[in-house]
Amino acid sequence: MSKPLFFPGHTACAGCGQSLAARLVIEAAGPNTIVVNNTGCLEVFSTYYPLTAWGVPFVHSLFENAAAVASGVEAALTYLGKKDKVNVIAQGGDGGTADIGLQALSGMWERGHDVLYVCYDNEAYMNTGVQRSGLTPFNSDTTTSPVGTQSMGNLRPKKPMPEIAVAHAISYVATASVGFLQDLQRKIKKAFSLKGPKYIQVHAPCPLGWRHEPRQTIEVGRLAVETGLYPLIEYEFGKLTGVRKIQPKPVEEYLRLQGRFRHLLNNPQAIKQIQEIADNNIDRYGLKIQL
Amino acid sequence: MFGPLISKPGTSKNNKTGSWRIEARPKFLQKNCIACRLCILSCPEGCISGEEKNTFICDYDYCKGCGICVEVCPKKDIEMVKEDLDLTKV
Amino acid sequence: MKGFLEGSRAVAEVIKLVKPGVISAYPITPQTHIVEELARMVANGELPAQFINVESEHSAVSVCLGAVATGVRAYTATSSQGLIYMSEVLFNIAGMRLPLVLTCANRALSAPINIWNDHQDSISVRDTGWIQLYAEDIQEVVDLQIIAYRLAEDKALMLPVMVCMDGFILTHGIENVDIPNQEQVDRFLPFYKPLYKLDPDEPLTMGLLADPDYYLETRFALQETLKEALSLIPKITQEFAKVFSRQYPGLIEEYKTKDAERVIVAMGSVCSTIKEVVDELRAKGKKVGLLKIITFRPFPAKEIYDALKNVPKVAVLDRALSLGSFAPLAAEIRAVFFGKNKKPKLISSFIAGLGGRDITVDSIKEIFRLLTTKEKTAEFIDLKPELLKEKIDV
Repeated sequence: MSKPLFFPGHTACAGCGQSLAARLVIEAAGPNTIVVNNTGCLEVFSTYYPLTAWGVPFVHSLFENAAAVASGVEAALTYLGKKDKVNVIAQGGDGGTADIGLQALSGMWERGHDVLYVCYDNEAYMNTGVQRSGLTPFNSDTTTSPVGTQSMGNLRPKKPMPEIAVAHAISYVATASVGFLQDLQRKIKKAFSLKGPKYIQVHAPCPLGWRHEPRQTIEVGRLAVETGLYPLIEYEFGKLTGVRKIQPKPVEEYLRLQGRFRHLLNNPQAIKQIQEIADNNIDRYGLKIQL
Repeated sequence: MFGPLISKPGTSKNNKTGSWRIEARPKFLQKNCIACRLCILSCPEGCISGEEKNTFICDYDYCKGCGICVEVCPKKDIEMVKEDLDLTKV
Repeated sequence: MKGFLEGSRAVAEVIKLVKPGVISAYPITPQTHIVEELARMVANGELPAQFINVESEHSAVSVCLGAVATGVRAYTATSSQGLIYMSEVLFNIAGMRLPLVLTCANRALSAPINIWNDHQDSISVRDTGWIQLYAEDIQEVVDLQIIAYRLAEDKALMLPVMVCMDGFILTHGIENVDIPNQEQVDRFLPFYKPLYKLDPDEPLTMGLLADPDYYLETRFALQETLKEALSLIPKITQEFAKVFSRQYPGLIEEYKTKDAERVIVAMGSVCSTIKEVVDELRAKGKKVGLLKIITFRPFPAKEIYDALKNVPKVAVLDRALSLGSFAPLAAEIRAVFFGKNKKPKLISSFIAGLGGRDITVDSIKEIFRLLTTKEKTAEFIDLKPELLKEKIDV
């Protein structure tokens, strides 16, 4: 067994989808990798002084600048003539990626840095206590998009980050999920086979914020994909090159496992609205297996 | 003078998160195991090891008892059992 | 190389000699000429650096953070709003003990938007943990840039340094400047070998969370290290003198203060104007002088005490405000003498030159004139009373 790249003893919650995904990402990337992390759960639970879970060089600076710091790391490696030997990963949660860090990330993509950006999408600001982010799904109950007499939860659908990435004409864009771990690792390896900026958005269930049982993390992740709510897609140089086909399940199967959607369950109209989001994805990406 | 600034790899191993378990722990039955390694892959702690069939175990020093390994085992060869709070018996 | 050079061009020439591996910047007036010149040098192959054009100052300085953390010397320059936009990262870089060097082309802060010179930008980030050096003229900017890298990368310090030069006055002014040669710079400033870096051969974790059991010590260490810098700076400037044959006191410069009865304390290019007035008044038999602060952070309290303890009347000229309180430099100069037996009878505080309002010879004479027996606090010089009568009529 080779030396671990992500050690146990970190302080993530039991059943944390992000800690699982982060370990698989770095194991797929290998030891010759420098990780630059945005502020967030992952940074807090894996680098709590004097403890670090990382077996690779790791740097955390701020909430929104991982993409820019990673650009500097890549530029320095290029200057030193070491770029071909070392992978660079920038990573963060959905808030650090799609909200406060989007400008720096767009800059990194546009400049063409040879960096893989991994967004661990747990669909809210979990580190600060489950506030909504730009990647919180429609009608999800969070602490800043609470369900009330005048509200069904988060008002807007998820910001289309993969499309925003694709629009930057970068070499590789993919979505992945903690529900499909081998697929996630394949995509990390695929990303590092291509030069230039890459973006992978990993759906990472959060037992605390989504209010499901810790043991259900993988099942919840799978159901998001299998209902069509989180399509697994791949783009190379702007062209859709890969889609995980599904035999679509009703969205209710996904929603009923999670406290954040509980308020929708006895409301057929509300469930229909979520089903429409899934159906649109199924149409748009041709997700359905044709028998 | 620098003070606390930098850490060396893997020092998190000093933090025995196994003490977090209060109710249940996974028990590796080692009867019907096919060495598919899904439990190793799926563990958020990365604390499961094993190579051959029916040799897989988890490190209770770190296992937080989430139960994901029980859920993913295709042969139902891991089960949750009541936590023995006397850790000296591990 | 000696000749007439624009200040920005002179800075770019000296940065080329310092050989940064990564340069990243975002354009803002009046910093632009510096980075345009560096971009040109990179484009022509004169400077083998990675020049990273970014989408903001926040990213510019973050790119430099990443480069220095990877073990490569880096450079950035900015001004005004850009420096304030960087401020979050400035704290971070000092806290992470990364020896970046930044040139601040000093400019006023909005609102109202104003592109001209004062010190509000760099003064507003004085508590970030960066060493701050203020230059009087273009030669001093050039020399301080080299000193800055040597200081930043000293193994005992590992601290970022900000070289402050007055916007337009120094960035766009033209002076006869001596740009050192490569051999001199290489002798004074060895190849950068970091104490710690991001390297797969020796993987370290940087930028960890420090809880209440650890955080206090990280800040104490910063504070102590900045104190160490106070003794290191004069040593480095002495070494500088040996290689480059130009002598800098490093922390402060005393200009005709020994027997002075009235002294103005100031920073930056206005010191040249003050020297001119001092010479003129001295010729008329007036015992006046100037105390120039070069190193504002760390604050050279002991040196200031020694320089001013026997001066009866001191005027502190601030080109920035701490709105709603005492002027920033004046407050600290007064603090130096708190509880001391030997001290000036009077320390008056004046504000001038905000937003590029010229500080003329007459402005300086006015300050000396106002240095009577009545202590002034944040007294504005060169105000136009007629403008204060304007009313919002809606």
